[in-house]
Formats: sequence, C-alpha cells, structure tokens
Amino acid sequence: MFQGWLQIALTIALFVALAPTFGGYMARVYLGHKTLLDPVLVPVERILYSLTGTETKEEMTGWKYARAILYSNVAMALLIFFLIMNQGWLPLNPTGLGAPTWDTALHTTISFITNTNQQHYSGETTLSYGSQMLGLGYHMFTSAATGLAVGIAFIRGLTGRPLGNFYVDLIRSITRILLPISIVGAVALILLGVPETLAGPVVVPTLENPALSQAIARGPVAHFEIIKQLGENGGGFFAINSAHPFENPNPATNLIQIVGMVVIPSAFIYTYGVFANSRRQAWLIYSMVLAIYLLFVTLTAIGEYQGNPAVNSLLGSVQPNLEGKEVRFGWAQSALFATTTTGTMCGAVNSLHDSFMPLGGFVLLSNLFLQIIWGGQGTGTAYLFAYLILAVFVTGLMVGRTPEFLGRKIEKREVVLASFLILLVHPIAILIPGAISLAFPETLSGISNPGFHGLSQVIYEYASAAANNGSGFEGLADSQPASTGLWWNLSTCFSLLCGRYIPIIALLLLADSLSRKQPVPMTVGTLRTDTFLFTGVTAGVVLILGALTFFPVLALGPIAEAFQIAKGG
Amino acid sequence: MESSNQFSSTPPRAPGGPRESRRHTPKADMSGLYQRAVKEAFIKLDPRITVKNPVMFIVWVGTIVTALVTFNPNLFGNVPDTGLNQQIFNGLITFILFFTLVFANFAEAVAEGRGKAQADSLRATRSDTVARKMLPDGSVQEVSSTDLRRGDQVKVIAGDMIPSDGDVIQGIGSVDESAITGESAPVLKQPGTDIASSVTGGTRLLSDELVIRITSDPGKGFIDRMIALVEGAERSKTPNEIALTVLLVVLTQVFLIVIATMSPLANYVQSPTTIAILIALLVALIPTTIGGLLSAIGIAGMDRVAQFNVIATSGRAVEACGDINTLVLDKTGTITLGNRLASQFIPINGYSEQAVAQAALAASVFDETPEGRSIVRLAEEMGATVDFDRNAAEGVEFSARTRMSGTNLPDGGEARKGAVDAVKGFVRSRGGTLSADLDAAYERVSRLGGTPLAVCRNSEVYGIIYLKDIVKPGLRERFDQLRRMGVRTIMLTGDNRITASVIAEEAGVDDFIAEATPEDKIDVIRREQAQGKLVAMTGDGTNDAPALAQANVGVAMNSGTQAAKEAANMVDLDSDPTKLIDLVAIGKQLLITRGALTTFSIANDIAKYFAIIPTIFAAAGIGSLNVMGLKSPQSAIISALIYNALIILALIPLALKGVEFRPLTANQLLQRNILIYGVGGVIAPFIAIKLIDLILPIS
Repeated sequence: MFQGWLQIALTIALFVALAPTFGGYMARVYLGHKTLLDPVLVPVERILYSLTGTETKEEMTGWKYARAILYSNVAMALLIFFLIMNQGWLPLNPTGLGAPTWDTALHTTISFITNTNQQHYSGETTLSYGSQMLGLGYHMFTSAATGLAVGIAFIRGLTGRPLGNFYVDLIRSITRILLPISIVGAVALILLGVPETLAGPVVVPTLENPALSQAIARGPVAHFEIIKQLGENGGGFFAINSAHPFENPNPATNLIQIVGMVVIPSAFIYTYGVFANSRRQAWLIYSMVLAIYLLFVTLTAIGEYQGNPAVNSLLGSVQPNLEGKEVRFGWAQSALFATTTTGTMCGAVNSLHDSFMPLGGFVLLSNLFLQIIWGGQGTGTAYLFAYLILAVFVTGLMVGRTPEFLGRKIEKREVVLASFLILLVHPIAILIPGAISLAFPETLSGISNPGFHGLSQVIYEYASAAANNGSGFEGLADSQPASTGLWWNLSTCFSLLCGRYIPIIALLLLADSLSRKQPVPMTVGTLRTDTFLFTGVTAGVVLILGALTFFPVLALGPIAEAFQIAKGG
Repeated sequence: MESSNQFSSTPPRAPGGPRESRRHTPKADMSGLYQRAVKEAFIKLDPRITVKNPVMFIVWVGTIVTALVTFNPNLFGNVPDTGLNQQIFNGLITFILFFTLVFANFAEAVAEGRGKAQADSLRATRSDTVARKMLPDGSVQEVSSTDLRRGDQVKVIAGDMIPSDGDVIQGIGSVDESAITGESAPVLKQPGTDIASSVTGGTRLLSDELVIRITSDPGKGFIDRMIALVEGAERSKTPNEIALTVLLVVLTQVFLIVIATMSPLANYVQSPTTIAILIALLVALIPTTIGGLLSAIGIAGMDRVAQFNVIATSGRAVEACGDINTLVLDKTGTITLGNRLASQFIPINGYSEQAVAQAALAASVFDETPEGRSIVRLAEEMGATVDFDRNAAEGVEFSARTRMSGTNLPDGGEARKGAVDAVKGFVRSRGGTLSADLDAAYERVSRLGGTPLAVCRNSEVYGIIYLKDIVKPGLRERFDQLRRMGVRTIMLTGDNRITASVIAEEAGVDDFIAEATPEDKIDVIRREQAQGKLVAMTGDGTNDAPALAQANVGVAMNSGTQAAKEAANMVDLDSDPTKLIDLVAIGKQLLITRGALTTFSIANDIAKYFAIIPTIFAAAGIGSLNVMGLKSPQSAIISALIYNALIILALIPLALKGVEFRPLTANQLLQRNILIYGVGGVIAPFIAIKLIDLILPIS
C-alpha cells in the first residue's frame, strides 16, 4: 500500500516541480522573448509565416481570432474527413482497411478536431496507418495548439493586452512547445519499448494451438503516443488505449504519460502568473486546483484500494479492485491515471473507467463536470479564470463596489459570457442528450448495465464529449455496426461541438471585452483576488455551482450505486 | 426693500445641527402602507407584470401547472398510487407557490409604497398654482402653473407659491424653502449671484417681488424626476442590476434544464417522480430569494437617497456612488465652516496678550461679520472689556479699498484691524513706527496657514490676530473612514500652498490643490479619470457646471445655480456638501445588499437539495443522504417550499433597510459578509427546514 501512495506522491511532486520552469518557458514563448531554440526555429517559422501569408504583427480582435479558429478548423476537418473516407485507396494501409461508415468518420473527425478524441471505433481494425498518422496525428498537434492559442489569447485579454494573432500562436505552440517535447518524448518511449514501425501486423501461431495463428497489431505508435498525452488528445492507436502493452508497456512509460498529460495545463497557470505579473495569485489558484486534485486522487485511490465489498466477501479479505486494470500498473497508478486523464481532458485510459468503484466514478464524472481540475489544453486555465470572474461577480458585490478583476470591471457583457460559458453550455450538452438517451434505453443507448451504473455510463459519455475529454466509461453500444451506433455518433457530435466552439467563442469575446476596459487602480476598497480568503471563496463557488447543476445525476448515478453496493446489492 | 437688508447681513445658511436632525423632511406619511402593499401584492400577480421578473415568472408558471395537477393529478401522465392523496399534496404545493409569489410582490409593493409616500409628500409641494405669466408686451396673464414652459417669465409676489423651477432675473426677495429642505430660515434670492438666483417650484416667496425665468417644462423638474424615481414608475434597471439579473436568469435556465431532464433519469433508475414534485424542486432551486427582493432593494436604495434629501436623477448615479475612488471637495463650505475665526492674539512690541485683546475688542465691537464676532468672543473670553461708551463710538466698515475695519472711539482715538499691509500704511500715516516684530509674527501665522490681521490703536501696532480656518467637526474621522474604504479625498482651495497644506493636514485629506481656479477642478477630475478612477464632486456655481458634468457623480447644491443643477446628476436639497460622503455609503450599501442576498440565495440551494433529492429518490436507495432526517418526501418538499417562501418575507426588512455598512477594507467586508451570508446561507436553511419539518403535521 505504501508503495502505491509513494508512486502517486512522487508523480505529483514531479509535475508540480516542473510548473514554474515550464510555465515560465511558455510565457517567454508567447511574450515573444528569446528562447533556447530560437536559432533553429526562427528561420523555420519565418518560412511558415511567408508560406501561409501570415502577417505576424497583425493583432486580432476577439471575433477575428474566433473566426480564424473556426475557418482553419473547418478546413482541417474537411481534410481529415476526406482522408478517412478514402483510406481504402490511399497509401500507408498495410491491412487494407476500407472506409468506415460516414457517421463514424464524421464523429472521429469532429472528435479529433475538437481535441476530444472520443473514439467510437477500434484503431487497429478501423483506421489505416495513413489515417492515424496523417489524419489523427496531425490533428493532435493542431487541436492542442488551438487550445493553447485560445488559452493564451484569453490570458492576454485578461491582463489587458491585445489578444494576439491566432496563426502565430498556433504555429509557435507547435514549433516551440508541442513538437520539441514530442520528439524527445517519442525517442524516450521507443527506448522504453513502444513500437514505431510502418510494417503491418505480425502473424504468429498461438501458444495453445500452433495450428491456429494470431495477428498482433503494431504500427507507428511511439510518436503518436507522446502527442496523444502531451496534447491532451487521448485518442489511442489501439482500442484499449494506454492499457495496451504497445502503447504503455511499463511503469516508466506510464510515468511519462501521466506527467505528459498534466504538465501543460498545470504549468499554464504559472504562465498566467507571469503575464499578470502576479505569481502570488498564480500559486494560490494553482494550490486551489492542486488541493481539489489531491482530494480527488485520494478518493479514487481509496475506493480502488479498498476494493469491491462484494468481491472481498467472496475472497474473505480486503483486496484492491483490479477488475479492468492492468496488473503492471495496479490500483495506485490506475487511480492516478484515471483522475488525471479526466481532470486534464486528456481522455487516454490505462484502465477501464467502467470498472472503477462508485467513489472513483463519482470523481471521474465530477472532473468532467468541473473541467478545471487542471482542465483542457489552454482552455482549462481559461475556464478557471472564467470561474474566478463569476466568483468575483457574486461575492465582489458584497464589498460594495462594482466587481472588478485585475482592475477591470465585471459588467453585463462579462457576466453574460462567463455565466453562459460556465453554467449553461454543460447542462445543455450533457443533460439534454443524456435524458433523451435514457428516455429510450432500448432503441437509442444500448446500455450494458441497467440501473444506476447505466445512468453513469450515458452521462459520462456526453460529459466526456462536452468537456472534450474523450475517455469512455464504456459499456455502451456506441460503435458501428451496432444499431445504436448512429445515434451515439451523431448525438455526441452535438455535445462535442457545443462543448468546444461555444466556449472558445465566449472565452475570446470575454477576453476581448476585458482587454478593452480601462483598468481601475487598486485601492484598499478593491476586492483583492490574490488572497487566501478569496481563493477559498472561489473554491466554494466552483464546488457549489458545479454541485448545483450535477448533484441530481451524481445522486442517481455513482452515489446511488455506492449505497447499493454498500447494502450488498 | 427694508426686509432684504435684514437678510443681506445674515450669513449664508450654514448646514448646521447634528446630522440626524437634518434627516427630516419631507415627512412621508407611512400609515396604511402595509394594507396597501398587501392589496398591491395580489394585483401584481397579473402575468403582464410578473413577466418582467424572469425568476418569479417561472414560479408563476409553476403555480399554474401545480394548480392544474391539483384538479387532475393525472393530467400529465398517470401518477402511480402511493397511497398519498395527490390532490391535497399538489394543492398544498400550489398554495405555497402562490404565497411565494405574493411575498415577492409584497416586498416590491412595500418598497414602492414607501417610495410613493415619499413621492406624495414631494408632490404636495407641486400643487397646481396660478402663475402670473409675463407676456412679451409686458402685460401679465394668469395661467396654471402646469402650462408654463421652459423660458417663460413669471412674476411672483410675496405670499405666492413659486410655480416652477427657475432663475431669478429681477428683484430681491426672501423665500421659504422649508417645504423641500425643512430649513425654517428664509433664504434670500436675487438675480446675478450664483448662489441665490435659482428657485425651486413649490417653495413660497415671503417678501417682495421676483421675476423668474422658468427653466423646466412641467413634469420635468427635479422634484418630478425624483418623484418618478422613488415611486419606481420610471425606474430603469441599473447596469449592475442588469448584470445580476443575467446571472439569475442563467441560473434559472440551468435549473430548468436540470429539472426538465430529471424525469427520464429518474424513470430509468425506477424511481419515478411527479410533475408537482419537480416543479416544487425547481422553485426551491431557482434563486427566488434574490429574484423576489431585487427590485425592492433597488427601490429602497433610491428611497434612502430621497430620505437624505438628495434628489438623484438616475439609479445609475446612486450606484456609481459606491464605486467612487476620489472625492473632489471644495475647501470653503465643505471642509471648513466657511468663515475664519479668531483663535489667538499674538502680542508684539512688548504688549501683553491682554492688551492685544483689549485693542482687538475695541476695533471689532461694531463688526458684525463672523470673523469680527469671533474676535469679540475670543477677546471677551480673555477678560477684555469695552472701555469706552459704545453709543458715542462709531464703527468703520470694511471696504475693499482700505482693507481694514474698526472703530472711531469717543476720545478721538482710532482702533483698526485689517490686512497687515493696510494697517502698516495706516500706522505710518498716523506717524507711528513699525518694528521687525510685526513681520515676524505675520510670517509665523502665515506659515501656520492662518490669516494674520494686524491690530492697532492710533499709531501703535499692538499685535496680530490669528484667524484660522475651522475644519468642520467630525470630518477628520469621516475622511479616515473613506480612506479605509479606499476613497481618496482631494481638497481644492483658492488659498496659497502653505495655508492649503495646513488645512489639508488638519482635515486629514489625502491631497490638495492650492490656488485652484475653476478650470483646475475639471483638470483634476480628468486627470483622475484618466487613471480609471471614478470621481465625485460637489459644486454650486455656474463655473462648476462643466466639472459637475465631467465628474462621474456630480452633486449640485440646491442653493446653486440652475446651470450647476442641470449639469449635476444629483441635487442636494440641504446644500450640504459633506453629504457626498453619505452618498458613497448608500451606494455601497446598495451593492452589498444585492451581493449578500444573492450569495445567501445560492448558498441556500445546498440544503434544499439535501432536503428534497434524497427523499424523493428514496426508491433509488439514497435515503441516507437525508442528513436532516426529514420525516417523509412530502414533508421534506413542503418544508423546503415553506422555507423558500418565508425567507423572502423574513428578508424584506433587510432588503429595505440595506445590509449594515461598515467602513472596512474590501477584504474585511468580504470576510464578514461571506461568513454571514455565505456560510450562514449554507447553514441556516438546514436548521430552518428541519424545524419546519418537525412542526408540520404531515407524516
């Protein structure tokens, strides 16, 4: 037991220790300061700018920035959709896979363009190497970079700067942050045993009956794997994702994967501190997120460590819950991975979330609902500050002034955008399709477990889509050719798009509106947001607003299930 | 024009007396307020009125639906028979929802009623009077005051009511303004002077005749605007109120989605529920507490301003008061009493202090100015006596040319006091000699910021009278309070730097501008605004008008000119510039009250969830979450709803009175209010709902 907790503690300590250095580096990148790789990258970027005709000096307004994102995303989506639908005759298809159904291709396209990577297919049997590398792999970089661009534009606006230029931010995010780390990380993964090959599956005779043969899927996995984690994409090369021994063969690769998915969102809070010139506030907010994260990790880990009472009573002893887990990771690394992947909107999985104890299910769902326990690439930090703005508005009135954040008044427009963003998008994208699916359990959802667990499965699927996480609770017949596949593909597309683009537009407009405000000087009459008190208040607002919206589904899902199991049901 | 002389020597009406005694008129008639409000609360159930408040409109719709399922519980699908009489239960829910609406309406009605009472007493001053309109040909025509238009000229004769707001363009007369200000002393009005040329409709001319140019169309005067505001009739929502409404509407929508999607979820886990229960849960969750009280808070805020005898032209201006960062205050009349008073006698040339006092008294016995009287008072305190026959002596009045005043004594002697240079000249002309002592004393007083007056008798200079600006009592503490709230004060004065710095130090202002011109006033406002600060100022003169318009909150004195009043967004009927400080507190209190009740309302939801969800989904096995141990689902729902309705009623006094405001820093305020309304808002309903559940005779 001690070893498990130690693994958890050391992993967390590692990424927390990386935050200031890496966050500071990202700040330098986006502030346009000199960085180590300048001699190599400046010429490369210059070529890219001139090729694409990007006017690097052009500052974009919120709308313009948002439009640039929408146009480029639509263009990239068309490309990937074309690629997948035509993979049958395109090269790099050693297994000769044909085109999937149109709705699977559409769902996959939207899922990858939105940085969600929700997968209603099995990678190794549905997509060619070409589709995986050129289609999905490409989007893993661009969708992650889009998120980072939105995050940094939001921080710029919040701190009174012009929002910047989307194309420049997109390119710099890739060349300065995602690509260099991915190259190093991919080499490390190869060294640790992850395959990287264009050769087709290996066919070997089975051990039990040498007359029978078995195809072992492989492929260009290592380079795909690192950006899958780093970019918080989460879409596995293989169906079972990071539980697959070729994706995540050992505890060392598992460590790289966990740190990989959390390092950017965690360090991004520090990047904010540099931009706002308030490292104090950055650390306070960081601590708030870390505290909730630690609580969540602990809850999940306790649930898994104590195991299932029903199984324990059969065994006659208390054993960790290892159903749906890889033995090489055990309860601790599985619990840590699951909490981190749902919190960071990565969505990669190294164990089956469906098999977690209700306590874990509760935490994983809560992570998806809150979206800020580290949160998505760039957007997570932006959400965090949107929450802060709401907290400032609600509690700031109580000091008798028009609430202001970083000296900028929070008025109608900001409240409209922030409250819509934080409070309304999620219920629309999760509860409405969830309720429809549950209203027609036979025809629409194809749930494997009836009752409370089935409710959790359905809500989880939409929450994962809306939060752009992509992990699955699984247990749903959500893939073609199941009869319910079409419904799942299309209804989750709705959640994916709602959960991605409405918040992006709202965040950019919010940033734009804040950046145009004349800052009000700080006085003792100003509510300070960089205090322990206010950070505590924000945590309360986050939990209460989150709880108010999702308490009923949590009560009818994991909470009810927990009571049921406790009763011995 | 005898009567006018009597007034011309009266000093300008100083805002005197303790602050409390000035919160007086117009005394509003509050009798029957609650009966009327109860009636009004039912009238407001009209959906055309309710629809303006989105949160309460949802309750309204919910009440209709629960009423329908009271008559036919199976209207929206069959309700499983649980042995419970659905009709009685649904009827009970309908009944409580109905009263939730009535209570919210009642809150608004009470606030409006209080405003109306306030307005009525203002309106009483507006009674239709006959005005003597002067036609271009010089003749006079009697018209109704409501027919007067801006630019008309009217003649007002002693005993007449002044028909409308205007400027005096001819004549001098004394006006009784007690109807508006409550101040019984009549005020002198005459043309040309900044201060005294404007008159307000509804006040009465006591003496002489005035010709007045009307400056406002009927129904557009200050009083009319205030009436409209306090009645709530023309109340447009303030920016902050709109922002808060947005949040409340979004929260309401969230809960609508949560409740609308709950039915399939509940059915799926085989724990179905009824529409009446879902509506009950919805109403319990949406922010009805703040939604029901929001407009009452706003109206009550305006009412508080009115009770302070300040006329605000918009709610926005009142709200802006809370945001003020900088107060720009004139020294004279605002920070100091307006007159310099004698505070010390400084002897020179070997005279004793007593001798100076004696000479000063001799030079001042006929001086009726406040300065002169203060010299007499100080001298008499020091035991000086008049050592000549007053009746035989003759007073010499101050003139701009001589810059001295004094007394020609019966024995032919001359006692004088005045500007040091002037007295020097006088002494020289009488053959006296001057010593360096005089200059030394002069400089000492100047350095202290005082005004030195030299005193001489015949050719001998006795010493210097130290006239000092007197800072109004209690101001220093108020400036301290403002500083603690983060409001900076800047004093403007025409005095030189040294004098200004001494007063600034004594009054405890944060900054001052000496030798200021009216242009400096607008410059300092612009400079502060350029840094993003909100500035408030007071003014009364025509040359203050641009600055009043520039300031975020400009408060004109009622005694000021029409131009100043037009430019300002508030007019103080008492002409008390220090009221600005109270306005800051009123503005803050308004925002705090809104914030506190919003926080309370949202925090309450936790307990309501814990009361209702576990009990109605007991079939899902989550009964253990019923931490309050409520008796049954029915009792839990009814208890939560009763709490929900009663809390509106219970908080009406707080909404009307406003959350108590203390001059603390923002962090201290947050700490305090989060504790009371946030943490308190989480805990209070747990206790209250449990108690109601215990009392309820429902099993």
